[in-house]
Amino acid sequence: MSLDFGRRTIVLRPVARVPVRPLVVCAVLVLAALATAVLALGTGEVDIPPVDVLKALAGQGSGAYHLVVVEWRLPRVLLALILGAALGIAGAIFQALTRNPLGSPDVIGFNTGAVTGVLVTTVAVGTGYYVTAAGALVGGLLTAAAVYLFAYRRGVQGFRLIIVGIAIGAVLTSVNQWFIMRADLTVALAVSIWGQGTLNNAAWRSVGPVAVVLGVLAVVLVAMGPRLSLLEMGEDAAAALGVRVERARLAYLVIGVALTAAVAAAAGPISFVSLAAPQLARRLTGTPGVAMAPAAAMGALLLIVSDWLALHAFAPTQLPVGVVTVAVGGAYFAWLLLRQGRKQ
Amino acid sequence: MSLAARDITVGYDRKIISEHLDLEVPDGRFTAIIGPNACGKSTLLRALARLLKPKLGTVLLDGADIHGKPAKQVARRLGLLPQSSIAPDGIIVADLVARGRFPHQSLIRQWTAADEEAVVSAMAATGVTELSGELVDTLSGGQRQRVWVAMVLAQQTSIVLLDEPTTFLDIAHQIDLLELCVRLNREQGTTMVAVLHDLNQAARYADHLIVMKDGRIVARGNPGEVITAELIEDVFGLPCVIITDPVAGTPLIIPGRAAA
Repeated sequence: MSLDFGRRTIVLRPVARVPVRPLVVCAVLVLAALATAVLALGTGEVDIPPVDVLKALAGQGSGAYHLVVVEWRLPRVLLALILGAALGIAGAIFQALTRNPLGSPDVIGFNTGAVTGVLVTTVAVGTGYYVTAAGALVGGLLTAAAVYLFAYRRGVQGFRLIIVGIAIGAVLTSVNQWFIMRADLTVALAVSIWGQGTLNNAAWRSVGPVAVVLGVLAVVLVAMGPRLSLLEMGEDAAAALGVRVERARLAYLVIGVALTAAVAAAAGPISFVSLAAPQLARRLTGTPGVAMAPAAAMGALLLIVSDWLALHAFAPTQLPVGVVTVAVGGAYFAWLLLRQGRKQ
Repeated sequence: MSLAARDITVGYDRKIISEHLDLEVPDGRFTAIIGPNACGKSTLLRALARLLKPKLGTVLLDGADIHGKPAKQVARRLGLLPQSSIAPDGIIVADLVARGRFPHQSLIRQWTAADEEAVVSAMAATGVTELSGELVDTLSGGQRQRVWVAMVLAQQTSIVLLDEPTTFLDIAHQIDLLELCVRLNREQGTTMVAVLHDLNQAARYADHLIVMKDGRIVARGNPGEVITAELIEDVFGLPCVIITDPVAGTPLIIPGRAAA
C-alpha cells in the first residue's frame, strides 16, 4: 500500500519525498528574482536591453556593456539576491524557534544591536569591511544573549522572547541615536544612511566575504537537517525524537544571529524582509510551519524588487533600500499585528 | 530489564522531587505509574525518557547510562508521547506521523521504503489511515491524540512511554486509547509505561502498577495484589471499598466507607 499524503508528491527514492507545490513555488520565486535581476542590470543611466545583459553576463558583450553590467551593477544585484535569501532564512529560523510570526530578528532587536556594535567599533576602532562586520556580529550576538537571558525562565518561551526583544531593541535605538548625535558630521552622515540599510556601497570586494560567510552558514544549516521543524513541535516531542534540544536551539540561534549580522555588516540593518519573507512563502507553498528554502527564495525576490524600487521609483533620487522594505514591510507588520490581536 | 533506574535523585533547579529511586520496567508489559498530584510520577517518567537528567544515579537503557548514548540511538529504542506537543500550523496527518521517522534517517539516508511502511502501519494500527490527508488542526481531540500516538509508533521503538495520555479526552476516547495501548502491548510485545490519573483504568488496563507518594515508590506489582483499601487510603487519603470489576475481573475502587 502506498501512502496518501493528500497532495501530489514526487518520490525521489531513496533520497526524499518532495511535495510538488513548494517545489514549483520555489522555482517560480527564484525565476522571478532572476528576471528582476536581469531587469535591474539593464536599467540605470545607461539602459541595456535584457538580451545584451545576458550576453554581457555570458562574457560575450561589448566592452562598455561588460563594464556597466558586470563591473558596476552585478555586485549590487548579487548582494541583493544573497542578502535577501539570508534575511529570509534568518526570519524562518527565529519564527520557528519562537513559534510566532512576529519573532523575527528585526523585530526582536538583533538588527538594532548590530547597528550599535557597528557604531561602537566605528567610534572606537574605525571603518572597513571586516571591522564593520565584526562590530555587527558582536553587537548582534551580545543583543541576542541579553534578550535570551532576560527572557529565560526555566526555558525560553517564544512570546516572552519577543516582548523582551522589542524592549531591548527600543533601548538600543536610543543608544544608537545618542552615538549619531555625538559623532562628527561625516561619520554621522555615513552611519545614518547605512543605518537605514542600503546597497549603495555594494562593490565586488564585499561580495566575496559575504558569499563565503553565508555559504558556510548555509552548509551548516543543511547539515542540521530537519531539526528546526522538529523543535517547532515542542521541546519534549523534539527530544523524544532524538534531537538534543538545547544544543540544537543554541546552534540555530547563533546561525540566525550570524546571518542577520553578516547582512547588517554588508548593507546595514535591512528591516522587514526577515519578518515578511517566511510567512509570505508559507502562504504560497502551504508547507507546515515555516520552511527555510522557500523563505530564502522569497527573501531574495523581496530584496531585489525593493532595491530596484529604491533606485528607480523616485529617480534621480536614490533611496536606501531599507526605506522601501520598511514602507512595504510596515504595512504587512500592521496587518499581522491586527490579525494576531483579533485571534486572541 | 531494558529500562531501569538505579538510585536516581531527580528534581528541577534546586527543588528535589524524588530521592534514591530504584525501578525496573518489566519488558513486554504495560506498566502504569499512579499516585496523587505532585507525587513525582511525571518527573520519574521524564527521567526515564531522558528528558530530565537525574542529579544523582543513572537511568539505564540496555544496561548502559541513557545519557551516555547518542540521542538518535536512544530514540530508536524508546518512544515518548509527551504531555503537550504542538502540531505546526497547516500540517497534515501523514506529515506529522512521518516525523516519527527522524531517528531512523540521516543526511545520506533520508526517506526510504522502510520509512513509508512504518508510517503506513502506524496509521493503520491507530485507525487514522483515512485521515492521512487531513489538517491536524481540524481534528477532534481524540483523533489528534491518536495521530500523536501514530507518530510515536512510526518511531518503531520497543519501549513506549506515555505521559498522561488520556487527559483532555472524554471517557469513550480514554477507553479507546487505553485499549489501543493494550493491543500494541499484547500483539507487538511493546513495553508500555504510562502515567495515568484514573486508578480504575490503571488497574484494568495495566498489568504492572507503580504507586507513588511524596516522591517515593510505595508499592509495585500486579494490580490484583497492589490495590488494597489500606493502600488507597494511605496514598490518596481516600477511604474506599475495593470490589471486583464485573467486566474485567480487576480491582475496582469505590470511594466511601461501606455501610455498616
